[in-house]
Amino acid sequence: MQYLLMIYADESRMKDVTPADREKMFLEYRALTDSIIKSGHMRAGDALQPTSTATTVRVRDGKTLTTDGPFAETKEQLGGYYLVEAKDLDEATKIAARIPGARTGSIEVRPVMQLPPDYPRPTKNV
Amino acid sequence: MKLEANAVARVFREERGRILATLIRLLGDIDLAEEALASALEAALVQWPDEGLPENPRAWLIRAARNKAVDRLRRGALFEEKRAALQSHAAQVQQDRQERQDRQSDGGGAGAEGEAVEDDRLRLIFTCCHPALAVEAQVALTLRTLGGLETEEIARAFLLPGPTMAQRLVRAKTKIREAGIPYRVPDPGDLNERVEAVLAVLYLIFNEGYAASSGEALLRGELCGEAIRLGRLVVELLPAHAEPRGLLALMLLQDARRQARVGPDGEVILLEEQDRSRWDGTAIAEGSALVAETLRMGPPGSYALQAAIAAVHGQAARADQTDWRQIVELYVLLLQAHPSPVVALNHAAAVAMAYGPAEGLRHIDALERGGGLAGY
Repeated sequence: MQYLLMIYADESRMKDVTPADREKMFLEYRALTDSIIKSGHMRAGDALQPTSTATTVRVRDGKTLTTDGPFAETKEQLGGYYLVEAKDLDEATKIAARIPGARTGSIEVRPVMQLPPDYPRPTKNV
Repeated sequence: MKLEANAVARVFREERGRILATLIRLLGDIDLAEEALASALEAALVQWPDEGLPENPRAWLIRAARNKAVDRLRRGALFEEKRAALQSHAAQVQQDRQERQDRQSDGGGAGAEGEAVEDDRLRLIFTCCHPALAVEAQVALTLRTLGGLETEEIARAFLLPGPTMAQRLVRAKTKIREAGIPYRVPDPGDLNERVEAVLAVLYLIFNEGYAASSGEALLRGELCGEAIRLGRLVVELLPAHAEPRGLLALMLLQDARRQARVGPDGEVILLEEQDRSRWDGTAIAEGSALVAETLRMGPPGSYALQAAIAAVHGQAARADQTDWRQIVELYVLLLQAHPSPVVALNHAAAVAMAYGPAEGLRHIDALERGGGLAGY
């Protein structure tokens, strides 16, 4: 099964992080990513720019409304994700617990819905 | 030989949990397993009274249910998807069997057939009490699948409308299926924590029954009985673990006082004022023996310590014969293992009984200075 591990953290606390801490965290993420690539769990993963760069789009009555900011104000914001292959929820939550952000923020683990085999997908371009 | 319908019902009641656990493993889906088992039971009710009880009723029901499930899948569009799942389950079963054989050749285990069934129920209990499910869903699922209570019975015991409870069960089963909550015994590294979760669910079921002071007291008494029955099952399934024994002892010792703790008008009677001749001596003896066994297995956990305290009370024929000094010692251990304001307060009360009120008050003053009693 595939699971999306969504990394939530309080962005407002990021401004207090020293460059040394930032570097340390980056190295921790590198090590984890490297490890789950090697173990065959990793499918994808990225970090996101903060919600101050977010734009929300809605279409109502055929009109496109574009607004500044995230869709909802929350205490913790989505800051990145991993898409992993795991045999069950226990394996997925174990990987989630290894994400550095789990120690300060929260990781939401969501199973990826199975779509029909003929559902369009991009061709792999590795 | 004519077989009465209630004999069929009895076999079914006794075997349901085991059969369902095995079917869930074979079919990989709780709903499908429940449905298939219901159809197999219908078939048994028709066939057994005419043909007599099969030699192995459990195996008969499992085979019949599996055939029903395959028929149903064949008719439905689900079949292709499920066949792949069934195959991967079959592979998993093979692998488990191999691992079990490896273990057995190490330790020379018992009959493989019986053990496979026990393993199925162990798997099921960990699935039902998985921390990714809401606690109330864990409770409902455990009672429904392992306890064999009807949804309607569980709803009444928790004073909820039937459809609400049915909805809760459906949601939980959907999450198990869609989120991939596994049907297996947790890895050794997680086992203790997960056993804790199972025991917490059983104790919750017990307390739900025990705390009832009005209304459907009879039905809620059944909840206590069900929790004790499940406690016995977990002790049997995890013989090397001490805490399940501790919890079983605690439930037996508390339940032994059930008849004496409520007065004729439904008022709660305190321990000191209970008519001790109404205590259940058999349950107290069994609980006390379990406490002794648990204490021999290593440092006692919180259930074992609470059970030990209940056992000391249970051994006093009159309230004024209670060995309060021993109870104080046990509370000291409980405070070290699980510090909480309630335990601290009970400890102070026991000190007052053992060493006089002045000594007890000194402990309560100390507690108040520490701020631990806010809200009590």
